[in-house]
Formats: sequence, structure tokens, C-alpha cells
Amino acid sequence: MTDATAAGVPDAPRKSSLYAADARTTRRNKAEKRFRAYGLSAVSLGLLALVLLLISILSNGLSSFRQTYITIPVTLSAERLDPAGNRDAAEMARVTTFGYVPLLGQSLVDYVAAAGIETELGAQEIGGLISGEAPAQVRARVLANPGLIGQTIQVDMLVGGRIDGFFKGRVSMDSAGRDSNVSPEQLLLAQALADEGAIVTRFNWRFITAPDASDTRPEAAGLGVAIIGSLYMMMIVLVLALPIGVASSIYLEEFAPKNRITDIIEVNISNLAAVPSIVFGILGLAIFINFAGLPQSAPIVGGLVLTLMTLPTIIIATRASLRAVPPSIRSAALGLGASKMQSVFHHVLPLAAPGILTGTIIGLAQALGETAPLLLIGMVAFVRDYPSAPLEGFFDPASALPVQVYNWTQRSDPAFVERASGAIIVLLVFLIFMNAMAVLLRRRFERRW
Amino acid sequence: MPLLWTVIIILALGAVGYVMGRQRAITSAGGDARLLHSLPGYYGANVTLFTVIPALLVLAVWLLIQPMVIQGQVTGMISDRAIETAGSRGLVMSDVRRVANGFDTAIAIGALTPDQVRDLRTDTTDIRARLGEIGVALGGEVSPEVLEAARAYRALTRTGNLFLTITVLVLAGLGLAYAYVRTHQEFRARNAVERAILSILILASTLAILTTVGIVFSMVFETLNFFQLYPWQDFFFGLEWRPSFEGNSDLGLIPLLWGTMYISVIALLVAVPIGLFAAVYMAEYAGKRFRAIAKPLIEVLAGIPTIVYGLFALITVGPMLRDYFAEPLGLGTSSSSVMTAGIVMGIMLIPFVSSLSDDIINAVPQSLRDGSYGLGATQSETVKQVILPAALPGIVGAVLLAASRAIGETMIVVLGAGAAAKLDLNPFEAMTTVTVKIVGQLTGDTDFSSPEALVAFALGLTLFVITLGLNVFALYIVRKYREQYE
Repeated sequence: MTDATAAGVPDAPRKSSLYAADARTTRRNKAEKRFRAYGLSAVSLGLLALVLLLISILSNGLSSFRQTYITIPVTLSAERLDPAGNRDAAEMARVTTFGYVPLLGQSLVDYVAAAGIETELGAQEIGGLISGEAPAQVRARVLANPGLIGQTIQVDMLVGGRIDGFFKGRVSMDSAGRDSNVSPEQLLLAQALADEGAIVTRFNWRFITAPDASDTRPEAAGLGVAIIGSLYMMMIVLVLALPIGVASSIYLEEFAPKNRITDIIEVNISNLAAVPSIVFGILGLAIFINFAGLPQSAPIVGGLVLTLMTLPTIIIATRASLRAVPPSIRSAALGLGASKMQSVFHHVLPLAAPGILTGTIIGLAQALGETAPLLLIGMVAFVRDYPSAPLEGFFDPASALPVQVYNWTQRSDPAFVERASGAIIVLLVFLIFMNAMAVLLRRRFERRW
Repeated sequence: MPLLWTVIIILALGAVGYVMGRQRAITSAGGDARLLHSLPGYYGANVTLFTVIPALLVLAVWLLIQPMVIQGQVTGMISDRAIETAGSRGLVMSDVRRVANGFDTAIAIGALTPDQVRDLRTDTTDIRARLGEIGVALGGEVSPEVLEAARAYRALTRTGNLFLTITVLVLAGLGLAYAYVRTHQEFRARNAVERAILSILILASTLAILTTVGIVFSMVFETLNFFQLYPWQDFFFGLEWRPSFEGNSDLGLIPLLWGTMYISVIALLVAVPIGLFAAVYMAEYAGKRFRAIAKPLIEVLAGIPTIVYGLFALITVGPMLRDYFAEPLGLGTSSSSVMTAGIVMGIMLIPFVSSLSDDIINAVPQSLRDGSYGLGATQSETVKQVILPAALPGIVGAVLLAASRAIGETMIVVLGAGAAAKLDLNPFEAMTTVTVKIVGQLTGDTDFSSPEALVAFALGLTLFVITLGLNVFALYIVRKYREQYE
């Protein structure tokens, strides 16, 4: 070889220096850079979408956690509220919510006059500042405690949705001029009352605890029933899906013979995981409601449907963590005289438990956010009453968090957009909490064999 | 809740059985547990299983069958004329059930006594008002026939429940006695218990099959009903979707399918390039730290519920597209459009495409990369000419899975795409999809004998068949590809 080189086939003359890249190399390097930039921008686009999504939800929804209240003294006049004069709750209940409306309106008119605020508005319009929900609340308070009648008490009331929107920046003088529900003068009065300290905006616990409210009272709408409904469904899913999922994974992973039937079951499970969720809703409607006669909009039906949906997720996760337990554990147990069943239940299952729990939590998180099947089984119904305690409560009508979001998006008042976004924040907080727990479990207990 | 009590009694019997069985086994071995065939606990568990399982099985089956039997008996009492006035047999029966349940509630809260219920007559009492007082709402006036049927329904249900309780409790007692008597030093309790557990495990794993069967059956039957009311040719090839609840609806599938496909294609046009490039970048270029942060963040997108995307489409993306694109270009004034739903759905699918492709790209053997670099190729040339062709089948599988997701997605299109069924090419026009119409036709009060409600089942079956086909095909491709390099 050396001879051959020595004999000297002359090198082909280089056209350029090694230090200066030729045209082709430059082009290739540029293509390389471009390609890399595409990749980076794809990743950034994905992240940008995530950020935009969160900003959109947070900027729209955070304000729903604050609510505007008005606090004024109200004289609960005896002749209005207790015409019979015997403080009998049943008699007093005859005075309907409408009987309280002028009372509250008059109190506000008096307060405005006493504070020396000048306004051209009539009593009707001044009273219009107060939410339609307030008379019902005052009435409930009076009926619960008839001794209040005749006294003057400080009452803390919601203000109407538009006024609330004004303090949150959603309603302006311009938009109020075009709006038949509120006038600029009312906003001026509200501003004056706020300067006076009677109207304040503060943290809104009612948003989390109160039930839904009607179409015209967005200021009173809350998530209480929806949160309870979702909680009930999660309980049902956990109680049903976890044991069934674990049992079927144990069979498929540890006991099942390799035959046709097992194959069919396995293909079935992986296909079920990809069936669109709305199809499960149809299943629930046809089988649980129309065939088995279970009540509509009840958490039990939602829970059963979500259980069927979550099962594949749990089975897949459980099988993966059973598979991760090394065979040496099984062999050791069998070698010491344990039966197959004992080796699985006493040794393999406990070692796989963290993985199973992680999978279960992730499955539950998926189920919590699922909306479409619940729409079909009647969870969209307007429910104002809290369901009763479990077992019986599972059969009472309830709502669910994601369905409540959908419900609110379907209403015309723009204040419900804020509510819907706020509900999503609550939902996301639950999801973040669950996923954080799953990650924590995995970090803390996962073993690498 | 007497049923709950029955179950509690059975479970209590089981617990007692455990203690008794264990005790008897130990006694039979003269107090020396080492002489037993199995551990003492297995003898107890054996008795418990014999007590609880047959009783609960019978309970479940009975509860499933009893309503059907009673329904059959009571239906015979109602004349054809009553059925004609009410519209359908199902409606009369639901009235009967509601009246019967109303009586139960009334008795439970003490508004009526059982004797009063027996003596009630439609011509003397306004039953509807009476039940309305205690919160049981009835649709119409109660006819004598319905009242009679409701009474019979109540009586039959009560007798049925009584017999059920007796049967089940006797069964539990018999099981307990049988297993207790069999308990003996030589009895192979562990084998018996393990057999029972194994059959429970098998039962649990067949649930997946049962679910599939349930899905198919629930849709096939109603779909067949639908095709009796509405010709199938018009459904599959109809170009108009115009349901009207007075009858004479046009229920053509084509406009819905067109909307579904249009939105899915746009979603894939967004998701596939972004997802694929992101996966390539993560797998081939990104450093360890970048990957550790960016990958989970992108996967967060997959964990966000679809209702959140729906709201995002409704309040942010839709108005933005309308104000900055559709209106200036004169393409439409609707904020819900194919484009809105497509883009948002594309965002949802990014992590789906990227994490599947990431796995697949990582599965391409390192030797292929090394060979390519050895020949002097740059990294991008390696990706384009070696890795992607090698990973292509897997990536196609991933895209198909994403497509099946897109077709079955509901909430984003419900909130972002609109409700008008159209055959149009303009992507800024509101269109609708199969899933939107399933929700639309089945939400609220529906009469399950009208084609307008039943069409939802046909749509559901269509959707199921399409997505199932795509999934099976995609999984086949992915599996085939995996085998190639294993």
C-alpha cells in the first residue's frame, strides 16, 4: 500500500481550501440549521398553545372567584312580613319571595337618601341594583329566625350581574347605554355606593359551595352541586373500576393461558381504550337508563359509564406494573412452597401496587374531565338541590363539573363565560392535584429492578 | 332500604361463617393447626364464599329479571285503546311505574296510608294533585286503568321483593351450613378458595367483552328500529340534514360526515407537522435538560379535558379567527367554524402525535443512525433519509390513531364547530359533525320511538365502526412495525 502511494498517484487538485466551506457544504449546513429551527419552532408552538390556553382560561375565569356584595341596614317590618302577627313560621311562609323585593328596594332607597347621594333614578331602578337572589336569601334567613322581625339588621346581599360586571371591568358606561338590563345612571349610583363603602368586591366562597342559579342570575351561580356530583361519580368509579380492573389484569397477566379467548379479550381491551367517549354515553343511555330503568342525571349512571370508560386505562396500567415485577420474585415464592395464587396476592401484587395506584389516579383524572357521555345520560339538567348523602344520594339528580361548564357556555348572559372559565379553573386545580399525587407516588415508591 | 339490609345480613352471615369455619377446622385437628391441609383462614374463607357468592349472584340476577316479568304481567292489564291515546306502550308503562313509585313515596313520608292507597279511586280523588303535593310530578291525569295497573305493579313488586329476600337469605344459610359441615381436617380448603378466586378473576376480565357486546347491541337494535322508520338509503346517501319534530325529517349522513372529515383533516394538518417535528427535535436534537422540561409540558396538553379546549375555541380562538381572518377576508361572520374546531382539535392532538412518534423514532436502531453518520450525512439528512423512512409505518399508525381520536371528539366540535349541517368548502363557515348531532338528538326530552331520536343510534354505530376500523388498522400497522426491529 505504501508503495502505491509512494509511486505517487497525484492528488486531485482541491478547488478550495478546507477552511472555507464550498457551496454544497454551505447549503447542506444551512439545511441542517433550518431543519433544527423547524423542530425547535414546533416545540415552541406546542408550548405556546399551552400557555395561550392557560392565559385565556385564567384571564377570563379568575374574576369569578371574586364577587360584589352590597351591605345595607334593612328594617324587617312586621306588618309586611308577618301580617298575622303571631311569628308562626308557616304563616310567614305565605309571604313569598316577591314580598321581600320592595322591602329590600326601599331599604336601599333609604340608604341612598341617608348617605346624601344624589340620583335621578326611581325606586324600581335603585332596587334593580340588588340581585334577584337576595330576597330569597333574606326570606330564608327570616323564616329560620322569626325573632328578627321588627329589627333593623345589616344585610349582606349580592348585587346584580351587570353591576358586578361593572366592578370587574366587564361592563362599561358605553355598553350599559346599549343594554336594556342596566343603565349608566345605575352604574354611577353603584360607583357612589362603592365610594361610600356599601358595595365591596371580595372573595367568593359561594362560587364553590352554592348550587347553580337561573339564566338571569349569573351572580348567584355556583359549583356546589356539580362538585358533589363529580365527587360521587369518582367514588363509584374508584370502588368499581379499581377492583375489577386489578382482578382482570391479574388474570390476564398471571393466569390466562395463551389461547384464542385470551387474545380476543386483549384485543378487546385495547380497542375499548380507543372507542370515542360519546359511544359510552349511548351505551349508558340505552342500557342503564332505558333498559335497566335507572334514573336520569343520577351520579350512579354517570359513575357506571365512567367506570366502563376508565377500566381499559386501569387494566393497561396495572398489567404494565405487574409485568415490571421480575419473575425471580414469583419463582422465589413458588420455591418456598406458596401456591400460584399466594405468590401473586402476597408478593407480586404488593410490589406492583404503586404502579397500579398511579394508573388508577390518572384514569380517575381522565374520568373527572369527561363530558360527552354525561350529556347523553341527562346530567345537563338544571339541578338546584344538593343530592343527599351517599348510597341514596347516588340516585339523586346531580350535575358534574365539566357538564356545568358546558351548561354555562350555553346561556346567553355573557357573565356566564366568566363562570364557565372559573369552573374550569376549579376542575384544573383538581386535576393538577390528582396528577401531582400520581407523580409523587411514582417518585416515592417506584422501584427499578 | 330493605335491599341494603338484605345485603348487609348476607355479608354479616359471611363474617360469622368465617369465624365458625375457622374454629371448626381447628377443632377437627384437635387444636393443632399444623395437622390441617390448609391454613385455618382458608377454611373460614371457604365458608364465607359459599355463603355470600351464590346469594349475591341470585340477588343480582333476580333484580335484573323481576322488573321484566312484572312489566310483562302488568302490560296485559292495559287495553289497546289506552295505549293508543298515550301514544305508545312504553309511555303508559312509565306512567304506571311513576304512579306506583309515587304511592311508595307517599307511604314512606306518611302522606297516605296503605289502606288509603287501596281505596283510592280516580273519580273521587285527584291523584295527580295528591302526588304533586308530595313532589311526584305526573305527566297527565291518571286513568282508572293506569291506577289499577299501578296497584298491581306495586303488589307484584312487593311480593317479588319478599320472595327475593326469603330466597336469598335461605340460600345464604344453606351455603353456610353446607360449607360448615364439609369443613374438616382433610378438606382441601385452599384449593377450593383459590378456584373460587380464579373464577372471580375470569369473570372480571370478561367484563371488557361484555362492554363491547353491550355497546354493539345497544346500538344495533335501535339502529334496526330506526331503519324500519326511515329508509337506510336515505340515511347513508342523503345530502340533507333537516330534522323536524313534526315528522318528514331529512336525516342524511353525508353533510355530517363531510363536516367531521373536514374538521379532522384540518386538525391533522395542524397536529401532524407540529407533532412530528417536535418528536424529531426531542428525539434527535434536544439536550437532556431541555427534553426533561419540554416533553412533560407538551404532554400536559394531553391531560387537559376536552371541555377546556372547547371553551378555548368558543371564547378565544373563534372570535379571534372571525375578527382577524374571516371578516377581513369576507369569508364569513360566524365565530364557530370548521377552522376554529380544526385548529383547537389540532392542538389537542399534538402530544398524541408527538409522544407516539417519539417512541417510534427512539425504537429505530442506533446502528442505522451510525451508518448514516459514517457515510457523512448531516443530522437532518439522517432524519429525513434514514430515520423517517424506517419509522414511517409506525408514524402512519400514529397518525391514524390521531385521526380516529379526531373523528370521535365531541366537546370541541360541540362548542367550536356550530350546529348547521352544510356541504360547503369554506373553512370559516360553521358546519357540524356526527358527534354534535348525536348530542343534539339525544339531549333533553326525547321520544325514543321517533326517527329523530333513533337516528342518533345509527350515527353512533357509524362512528363506532369508523373509529374501530381505523384503530384496528393502526394497531396492526404499529405492531407489524415493532416486530420488524425486535
